[in-house]
Amino acid sequence: MSKKILKGKIVRISGPVIEANSMRGAKMYDVVRVGDENLIGEIIRLNEDVVTIQVYEDTNGLKPGEKVVSTDMPLSVELGPGLLTNIYDGIQRPLPTIYDETGDFIERGVETNAIDRKKKWHFKPTIKAGDKVKGCDILGEVQETSIILHKIMVPPDIEGTLLSIEKEGKFTVEDDIAIIKTDQGNLKLQMLQKWPVRKARPVKEKYDPSIPLITGQRVIDTFFPVAKGGTAAIPGGFGTGKTVMLHQLAKWSDAQVVIYVGCGERGNEMTDVLKEFPELKDPKTGESLMNRTVLIANTSNMPVAARDASVYTGITIAEYYRDMGFDVALMADSTSRLAEAMREISGRLEEMPGEEGYPAYLASRLAEFYERAGRVKLLGSKDKEGSVSVMGAVSPPGGDFSEPVAQNTLRIVKVFWALDSDLADRRHFPSINWLKSYSLYLDEISSWWNKDVGENWLQLRNKAMALLQKESELQEIVKLVGPDALPPKERALLESARMIREDFLQQSAFHDIDTYCPEKKQYEMLRIMSKFSDLIQNAVEKNVHMDDIISIKSRESIARMGTVPNKDFEKRFEKVENDLENEIESLIREVK
Amino acid sequence: MSNKDIEYTTVSEVAGPLMIVDGIKDVAYNEIVKIKTSFGEERTGQVLEAFTNKVIVQVFEGTKGLDTEKTSARFIGETMKLGISKDMLGRVFDGTGNPIDDAPPIIPEDRRDINGNPINPYAREYPRKFIQTGISTIDGLNTLVRGQKLPLFSGSGLPHNNLAAQIARQAKVIGKKEKFAVVFCAMGITSEEANLFIKDFENTGALERTTMFLNLADDPTIERIILPRMALTCAEYLAFDLDMQVLVILTDLTNYAEALREIAAAREEVPGRRGYPGYMYTDLATIYERAGRIKGKKGSITQIPLLTMPDDDITHPIPDLTGYITEGQIVLERGLHKKGIYPPIAVLPCLSRLMDRGIGKDRTREDHAGVSNQLYAAYAEGCDLRDLVAIVGEDALSERDRKFLKFADEFEKRFVAQGDHEDRSIEQTLTIGWELFSSLPTSELKKIDEKYIKKYLPKVEKIRS
Ligand SMILES: Nc1ncnc2c1ncn2[C@@H]1O[C@H](COP(=O)(O)OP(=O)(O)O)[C@@H](O)[C@H]1O
Ligand SMILES: [Mg+2]
Repeated sequence: MSKKILKGKIVRISGPVIEANSMRGAKMYDVVRVGDENLIGEIIRLNEDVVTIQVYEDTNGLKPGEKVVSTDMPLSVELGPGLLTNIYDGIQRPLPTIYDETGDFIERGVETNAIDRKKKWHFKPTIKAGDKVKGCDILGEVQETSIILHKIMVPPDIEGTLLSIEKEGKFTVEDDIAIIKTDQGNLKLQMLQKWPVRKARPVKEKYDPSIPLITGQRVIDTFFPVAKGGTAAIPGGFGTGKTVMLHQLAKWSDAQVVIYVGCGERGNEMTDVLKEFPELKDPKTGESLMNRTVLIANTSNMPVAARDASVYTGITIAEYYRDMGFDVALMADSTSRLAEAMREISGRLEEMPGEEGYPAYLASRLAEFYERAGRVKLLGSKDKEGSVSVMGAVSPPGGDFSEPVAQNTLRIVKVFWALDSDLADRRHFPSINWLKSYSLYLDEISSWWNKDVGENWLQLRNKAMALLQKESELQEIVKLVGPDALPPKERALLESARMIREDFLQQSAFHDIDTYCPEKKQYEMLRIMSKFSDLIQNAVEKNVHMDDIISIKSRESIARMGTVPNKDFEKRFEKVENDLENEIESLIREVK
Repeated sequence: MSNKDIEYTTVSEVAGPLMIVDGIKDVAYNEIVKIKTSFGEERTGQVLEAFTNKVIVQVFEGTKGLDTEKTSARFIGETMKLGISKDMLGRVFDGTGNPIDDAPPIIPEDRRDINGNPINPYAREYPRKFIQTGISTIDGLNTLVRGQKLPLFSGSGLPHNNLAAQIARQAKVIGKKEKFAVVFCAMGITSEEANLFIKDFENTGALERTTMFLNLADDPTIERIILPRMALTCAEYLAFDLDMQVLVILTDLTNYAEALREIAAAREEVPGRRGYPGYMYTDLATIYERAGRIKGKKGSITQIPLLTMPDDDITHPIPDLTGYITEGQIVLERGLHKKGIYPPIAVLPCLSRLMDRGIGKDRTREDHAGVSNQLYAAYAEGCDLRDLVAIVGEDALSERDRKFLKFADEFEKRFVAQGDHEDRSIEQTLTIGWELFSSLPTSELKKIDEKYIKKYLPKVEKIRS
């Protein structure tokens, strides 16, 4: 059945928002082609025969009277081998292809496929004709990059019997590789699939996250951990370290696939990732980090209407790899730009503004996005698991977290990394404020740590946290009376807390070694610092003078533990620990 | 008959900087409009919103004197373009791109849309080349690199113009002689302020390598919306067509933002924070993101935007949104200025995001990162102690703390303060840093690699003793 093509005319243009008439029958969120240059847009409101469209490309020079044609399809992404290592714009056009077509600057009207149609992939079937198949069952495999074995799956909404499947061989993503007999008739399948971005890919069930996503960042893994399938927000004023942290997570998280979405931020930051990732090696697999990464860039100077498309494109790709059974991590920098784009479009639609001009549906949109994270039981005949973890930056105006985007986000996510500009000003990085941040996954994941890394992990962590808490109380007193007025026990406590702050919580993203701290090393560092705290408490009780404690040599070697090579830290730490014990012991002896 | 030849006299409404023309057809969004007043004066406008038979136009030179009877509008069939040519160097243009010096009009080699197109992130080259400004707080602690956008956040009455002029005068890439140019874009500053720059360019002989776009305090405000876009179109041509290293000085972005707000108010848009439009972030980004380098091209665009923070408030939307887009910020502070310190750069809130990859061995010096981190940490600690001492007195401090307190004072006097014609090399800057460290216990220098401490500290200690 061929459908009548819906065609209308532009009647109004206001920045990225246009109106067109004669469009009765068009569906909400369908993609349209706008004007003589066939710009891409999406229907966001219907009113009689007039539709309102947000245009994903610059509308400069567009004229009322030019045509609008509906594609009768919702905004969708292409899924299949060839996604990894690519960099896309907000509506999944590969930036390298745009570069080939229009050069250094992005011009509009470029039409291109997200996935290369000519490239041949080596496909290997894993099931045989006659097998019953369900949505997300695996038909075969393709080695997409050196580390990712891409699973070719039955689309989620399909069920039937496999009539035939191609033998091992080379195929393009558009070649037919299998035929399935379904209730609706026979269906030819290709490696290439499409999925509408605004619709979550279905799963059987959501589990409670119980395994930590190890990030190699001490303040995160040890103090405010995120779980695989969890959600985290990192709000902070400009320059507090949101982007550097998200880059760190993209580099070092022990996810198998990483989707990095640059939403309304700087062009150079995407370039940075493009340059650096191919040269960095995954600490677990030793392979180039780019081989597990998909980048999506809708930078601040690119069309504002494509902000939310960029995030939805990212999360849909993430779900697709999850469905193969991978642990996927998605970073979005910054969700505030998405919210601001919503505000701008909503303003142009003359909708009733809510708080600070944001539309009333801000909260539900943010929730919809984060809800797509999770550790899940996958569709398909076998009960398999996969996860999508989502970490979003929030950029509150004036660094004030009381604004709507930060507040609405915090109501949804389970981990809050509160960046602090005072800490950033003094170059305490990552500038995550340890008193304001929290993680609701601590209890769930503590058994993993206790079992896999070291005993009593949670107690150790909580003891350090209590020390920091006490420090901040004491500092209030110091402000009034000066440090000298404190009893020695409390001065010793201040020293221990300072050590945790400066030598554990701080971690330079730019130091070759310190940039990534394995979980075992984190544990040992904290254990030694905790020991330091116990030893010096004991020492001051035995009348050792604080000034003598401050000048012990081990203090400096503890401070440099982070930069001890990850390969042989154990031996070196043993010496640090021994020296520490000996030095304190001899101080006690001297007093006697 | 094409629109180009029609003089519409169907202006139906004039409000603030806006004008509505009815009964038109075939007019594009953002198209340029030539307006003639009843007394024959020509003005220029731009379509802000286009309907089938009416348009809303913003008038760059203001709407004073327009009427709904005789005023006529002609739509020229294209969006705002700037004629560009290498002869633009050494010339001065007004807010609509016409030369205002006495030299003849330029013959354009090409005409380009002033809105430009976004640089493809895939086409960018990551900026890493160190620019020595000769100013210690910048070179040592917040290093500027070629292709960076690094604004000065200032307050009214602070010497930001002198500082910007000093940067323009001293900025150089060590060891190379390359074609450079300055594009100077003045939005709503006084002629006195503009002259400070012009004289300085004259004195250093940079004038003939400078293109100026001037909209002074008494010029039409709405022109400020297009002025930086023209300046950057010119800069892109110089950098990416003619291979020049271009330094763009934009001053004062606060005046730009005011013009943006004026239009938003006239359109009765829902305002964002403090009356500025909700899209100001995106709008500013289309200016600032035009800085950078491009793969395979020799030239670069480095931007130094200046803005005055209303009421010295860094959380005000103008500095706030700017800081979210630019690659760092240099912040001037009234307190230091009052202490007589020039340049009054408040080190702690400053940042250069591109510093980390622009410094180090073979770029500046191997110890640079460590020195910078250590200076920050020690100064921050000293500043904390100052607050403490104000309440409990210096006697309550330990020996260690007193050293840090003293360090903060010395740091301001020796590292921050310098002459407005003093051009320090990066080595001089780092040496001052090491001299300051020699007053602290070596065990406190935890931010610096031990091997650099061994290498650099004894040198300054020898000089001291
Ligand atoms: N973990 C870190 N280690 C070292 N430096 C950091 C770290 N995090 C942030 N920084 C410094 O702070 C600067 C700003 O960080 P960035 O992530 O770009 O901030 P934001 O995205 O919040 O504006 C960086 O350029 C870097 O100099
Ligand atoms: Mg950022």
